[in-house]
Amino acid sequence: MSRRLTFDIFRYNPNDPKSRPRTERFTLDETEGMTLFIALNQIRDEQAPSLAFDFVCRAGVCGSCGMLINGRPGLACRTLTAALPDTITLMPLPAFELIADLSVNTGKWMRGMSERLETWVHLEQAPEIDALELAMEPEQAEAIYELDRCIECGCCISACATARMHPEFAGAVGLNKIARFRADPRDRRADPDYYQLVGDDQGVFGCMGLLGCHDLCPKKLPLQTQIAHLRRGMLKSALGKS
Amino acid sequence: MGSTQRMSNGPNATASPWPGYLDLVQSASGLALGLFMWLHMFFVSSILLGKDAMWTVARLFEGYFFFGRPYPALVSLFVASILLLLMVHAATALRKFPANTRQYLDLWRHTRQLRHGDTSLWLLQVATGFLLFFMASVHLYLMLSHPEQIGPFASADRVWSGRMWPLYLLLLFAVEIHGAVGLYRLALKWGWFAGPDPATTRRRLRRAKWLTSVFFILLGLATLAAYMRIGIEHAPHAGQHYVPAWSGEIE
Repeated sequence: MSRRLTFDIFRYNPNDPKSRPRTERFTLDETEGMTLFIALNQIRDEQAPSLAFDFVCRAGVCGSCGMLINGRPGLACRTLTAALPDTITLMPLPAFELIADLSVNTGKWMRGMSERLETWVHLEQAPEIDALELAMEPEQAEAIYELDRCIECGCCISACATARMHPEFAGAVGLNKIARFRADPRDRRADPDYYQLVGDDQGVFGCMGLLGCHDLCPKKLPLQTQIAHLRRGMLKSALGKS
Repeated sequence: MGSTQRMSNGPNATASPWPGYLDLVQSASGLALGLFMWLHMFFVSSILLGKDAMWTVARLFEGYFFFGRPYPALVSLFVASILLLLMVHAATALRKFPANTRQYLDLWRHTRQLRHGDTSLWLLQVATGFLLFFMASVHLYLMLSHPEQIGPFASADRVWSGRMWPLYLLLLFAVEIHGAVGLYRLALKWGWFAGPDPATTRRRLRRAKWLTSVFFILLGLATLAAYMRIGIEHAPHAGQHYVPAWSGEIE
């Protein structure tokens, strides 16, 4: 017999002067293999046409559907209702600008972070677009790809006490980006250059090692070891050893 | 972060090395204090082996076995260096404390919402760290100003007749929780013992953290009870120092 699920969903549209922050309750019958993404669509189709939430890929690749699920950040499309209790509370990801209801502007935050941390390959010289790219060892390519799996969903930021207290903190997503370009042999930057970007309390030295990011990353990125590695590298830079 | 751009490190600016230095100093002072507190507990708990054992440890730190007579000033000197280390650690750790009402509220809501072990432990670390500012200072000042008052009877009198046991009871829990959590976090922050399987290492470190906290709290409780028992028995003669049976020297 299927369960009757109760959803307590945060509702607020900052662009509507009449809207007030509140929680609205919806109920529906659980179906086999139901994800939160399916449930939210069903609620929107049948009960709340104005309910705002984001999704694109439905497969944990686009990073759009991050939200607080019973207080913990996660992707709606990757969360089975079967793994949750009968009552499910859904809130928008904190630390990001609210668009409406469960929809937040992670893109604006990520763009600010990318521009600040210069998260692109800094080549030695302008690329010759007609030439073949230089070959890379498969292990090296895999190491870079491992870190490049980040989908910028924002879950690590919402799971981080430092990011919640200090909006300027680069967070695991930003530090992981730096780790990714540090591993890339095409990038001409060295540790003293990266120190300029993350060698302060808004960067790697702001991380307190609580590892909410590591534990709640939907892509299971190795954030614990990457941040520790970056911290050691940046300390060497501060001490003038690199 | 969002649209707010950091102003300090523009493309041509040179970032200060100080954030790196301060992070290192916070970690190094925490490591030194954490390891010292474990040693300290072993020294203090020598009372469980008997009054003579504790008397010997106390005299050892006064240089009695090197110079032929005790120099309590050596203890003061050592205590002063620990106090300095504590102040340095407190000053650098304060950078991580929430600094205003919004940050406190954010941290509190975040911790309650997330129900994440290591995040909750950090809140506990902030609370115990805050308590230690005061409680550890009281104890350290007493040791600094009265270094000769360390011994089987002198310490027991301080604990019981000097009514220090409530402070020491709270101090024990605060230190052993703060220290073990701090050392655990240090290992994660700097990637110590990570090895090829960091997840397994973290599980082991977490278990080691709980085991050391429980071990030192139990050892501390047994030690405090021993001092209280001696203090109660010795209360009519409070102030008199212990004289080992085998020694003609007085404490």
